[in-house]
Amino acid sequence: MSKLSIVTKGIIKENPILVLLLGTCPTLGTTTSAINGMGMGLATTAVLILSNMFISMIAGYIPAKVRIPSYIVVIAAFVTIVQFIMQAYMPSLYATLGLFIPLIVVNCIVLGRAEAFASKNNVLDSGLDGLGMGLGFTCALTVLGLVREILGSGSAFGHKFIDGDGILIFVLAPGAFIALAYIMVLFNKFKSKIS
Amino acid sequence: MEYIIIIISAVFVNNILLSQFLGICPFLGVSNKVNTAVGMSGAVCFVIGVSTFFTYLLNKYLLVPLGIEFMQTVAFIVVIAALVQMVEIILKKISPSLYQALGIYLPLITTNCAVLGVALIVVTKEFSFGGEPHMMNLAESMVYAVSTALGYGLAMILFAGMREQLELSDVPESFKGIPIALVTAGILATAFMGFSGLV
Repeated sequence: MSKLSIVTKGIIKENPILVLLLGTCPTLGTTTSAINGMGMGLATTAVLILSNMFISMIAGYIPAKVRIPSYIVVIAAFVTIVQFIMQAYMPSLYATLGLFIPLIVVNCIVLGRAEAFASKNNVLDSGLDGLGMGLGFTCALTVLGLVREILGSGSAFGHKFIDGDGILIFVLAPGAFIALAYIMVLFNKFKSKIS
Repeated sequence: MEYIIIIISAVFVNNILLSQFLGICPFLGVSNKVNTAVGMSGAVCFVIGVSTFFTYLLNKYLLVPLGIEFMQTVAFIVVIAALVQMVEIILKKISPSLYQALGIYLPLITTNCAVLGVALIVVTKEFSFGGEPHMMNLAESMVYAVSTALGYGLAMILFAGMREQLELSDVPESFKGIPIALVTAGILATAFMGFSGLV
């Protein structure tokens, strides 16, 4: 597998949200606007790259029986670091995302890639895999956030383009489920067209 | 009275699945049949209750006195992983039939965000159940955790019932599988929105 295809497979072919359906909780919970979705995506990307690289470094020394708890502790450590950085430099985004930042620990994508990819590949490839998966996650979150923001509050990336309110239900809980369902349908159509 | 407000708020108004989006993966994954949904909700309820009890005490008597609250995420996930493992071993000994029924879902509870989510919510968020905003004490935390878990079970079992019906209906090709399940969840969430403003 070439280096480039390791990165790009995460974006379309194995998109973590739209294809593998991993990490749906932050996807639905944080995408009330495009900016929030993107922030959540980038925070997860940072954790993915760091934990993938570190786990691929230490995978050979961990006994198979305790590997899952060990991976979780490694991931939790990186999440705490990212949490600190966001608290210091992006306090408003940190406040909006709230609980979902510490919950990156239990995001199935991170543990899933550690187990499926990082534990079997070298450090560079694992880092690239984390980057690709993270970008796929970020793209899906940004698109979902953008759709919900445009429909729900009539703005895009914080710039309002209509007067008054949008269709409020799209920024509330039910809109998250319905918007994700339709994006998934369109993505599957698009994917079957190109292949 | 305060406990009743906590219960209604956690089960219906701020339902953990349908309005806070925690624990969606098993919600979509194992809700094909009512039976598995009941088993999964039971196991999750139990783990949420026990882990909240231990993480609350750990936070109050170890992390706060030492001034290392930033270790909450790491410490809690270790407690939860250990508890799930322990529950697995105990169940295997005292009730092999229940252990068999839960099967693969037991170890997966470690990575259920509802468990870590509730543990973190009770030690970081201030609540005002009809009174002054305050941090929850142990009794309130336990009532909150158990009723949140009941709300999880309620939403999960309702959803599983709907999905069983869905299998018999004629769904457009592109919507088959997860998309139609998400649309159904959206409608269920709309129904639960009717409870908002209740407390």
